[in-house]
Amino acid sequence: MRAALAQASLTRHRGRTILAVLGVAVAAAMLLDMVMLATGMRESFRELLLSRGFEIRLAPKGTLPFDTDATIPGVSAIIATLRTNPDVREISPVLGASIHVLAGNRDVSGSVLGIDPSVQGDYELLSGQDVAASNFIVGNDHLLNQLGAHIGDTLSVAIGYDPQTRTYSGQRKLILTGRVKFIYGANDQSSAAVRRETLEAMGGQNHDRASLFMIRVRKGADAERVRDWIEKQLPNVTAISIATAIKQVDERLSYFRQLALILGAVSLFVGFLLVTTLVTVSVNERAGEIAVMRAIGVSRSHVVEQIVIEGVAISLAGAVLGLALGLVTARYLNTILSAFPGLPMAIDFFLFQPRAAWSALGLLIASGIGAGVYPAWRAASLPIAESLRREAIA
Amino acid sequence: MSADVATRGNLVSADRETAIVSLRDVRRDYALGAERVHALQGVTLDVERGDYVAIVGPSGCGKSTLLNLIGVIDQPTSGTVAIAGKRVDAMSDREATQFRLRNIGFVFQRFYLLPILSALENVALPMAEAKVAKGARLQRAAELLKYVGLGNRERHRPSELSGGEQQRVAIARALANGPMLLLADEPTGELDAKTGTEIISLFQQLNTDGTTIVVVTHDEDLASAARRKVHMRDGRVVES
Repeated sequence: MRAALAQASLTRHRGRTILAVLGVAVAAAMLLDMVMLATGMRESFRELLLSRGFEIRLAPKGTLPFDTDATIPGVSAIIATLRTNPDVREISPVLGASIHVLAGNRDVSGSVLGIDPSVQGDYELLSGQDVAASNFIVGNDHLLNQLGAHIGDTLSVAIGYDPQTRTYSGQRKLILTGRVKFIYGANDQSSAAVRRETLEAMGGQNHDRASLFMIRVRKGADAERVRDWIEKQLPNVTAISIATAIKQVDERLSYFRQLALILGAVSLFVGFLLVTTLVTVSVNERAGEIAVMRAIGVSRSHVVEQIVIEGVAISLAGAVLGLALGLVTARYLNTILSAFPGLPMAIDFFLFQPRAAWSALGLLIASGIGAGVYPAWRAASLPIAESLRREAIA
Repeated sequence: MSADVATRGNLVSADRETAIVSLRDVRRDYALGAERVHALQGVTLDVERGDYVAIVGPSGCGKSTLLNLIGVIDQPTSGTVAIAGKRVDAMSDREATQFRLRNIGFVFQRFYLLPILSALENVALPMAEAKVAKGARLQRAAELLKYVGLGNRERHRPSELSGGEQQRVAIARALANGPMLLLADEPTGELDAKTGTEIISLFQQLNTDGTTIVVVTHDEDLASAARRKVHMRDGRVVES
């Protein structure tokens, strides 16, 4: 009966109720987007790191992967040391460098990774063939488009450009065998991959060096323990586990997250105020009606319940609508922000997580209850005789 | 059947002469800004079970205040109010609400039906609060609407009813839980003469069927229809 009364009260002023629901929906959409933004980058980064199953990364001491041009010497010795730990399953050394690629009269600069194709975790092959031989190269769409190159073309690839002598430390003809997508690469970056020995051979000073090691641990093994062991065994590297990397990302993004949380809190407060205003106006209009209900024996708690149901119904309807609206706006905003230069393609700013949606929904319903309780309790606590007298005079 | 419908559930005492309403030296003061208004100044009054009492007097003499105290929607500053032998002047809000729900029916000058509910739902509302099963309460609501002559208006909203019809629905609602006492505050105040006469007849019928009625009115016709008139002036009963 109370739910039916609440529904009837809301439909009495249909236009006003619809406007309030729309207002709450906008606030809910904003809240959801901010909750998604607050956790999205972190979760997206985590998923990105985990996507290829490498739990640990080794970078030159005191650096982050590809933060500098520094490299780690003694790849063979490091691999031998790592192999002594039974929890280490796979090791993927990666050497990075800048390249110039010449095709016809075009010269495109970009980056190249020297990898071992059997254990690499940096790209996915979209078409063609992987770098099975030392004279093969694969590239991303951006590079291929810049060059106007196709699979099967021969490219002139140079590394180690010296601006003073205007010469390269190494230059070689390579066959473009595949089209790939780099997992950690940006949309606007020309990237390629060759076998690590190819890149070492071109680089001269890069022999037996790597910019990064990616390590898969045995299933069930404690990655943090392996990381600690590596740091003890290899003092010239920084070992970064997923947890460490996320912690570092968290630190770097903390201001961003705080901003999102503040804006989310503001949205929630706006939604709360909207519902409180509507419920208060509605309750004031019905002061006489409420007094009569109390006079004929309707309990105070039942009056409060009915009015709270009204507040919750507005919040719930607004929240459901707002969640849909929030997802649409998040997708749109994500497209804009993901186009920011230098960001990995796989990074999402707004990552939908059911937990975020439930949190937003829960907060809105709680605010709906809060918004209804005070005006409801105030109205239900007014002296009945006095309210009826005022109503009669009015 | 009509009489059953109106009085069902009444807590009729074995001793029909027992006063159903008993007020002793009741005072009610209000704060009006810095001043204190003495709305009732020592009222003592008994209403017998089955009686039909009209409280009359000039505006501001304390009639409605007296009715509110009998109806347990207000509490006296001093004195005692007992209904069917039970002290109601110092009840908690919860006790008073339950007491009103089970024992008292209210009819107001402005009807005060819930505009969002149909006539049938308005009448059924107090029964829903009293936890009467849905089927039973709708059946009794329909019977009560028939009793007040609105058997064919069950589904109509208050806005689709005339003033007289709305007041009949309000009377049916007041009878919903079979109250021992029906209180009416200017029930004909918003009605034209013809409709007012119909309501007066309905009150007489209700009283004949066993309902105890206390009505506050300026309407001479309504007052004359009562078995007893209580005259008030300046917060006192001057003639009973």
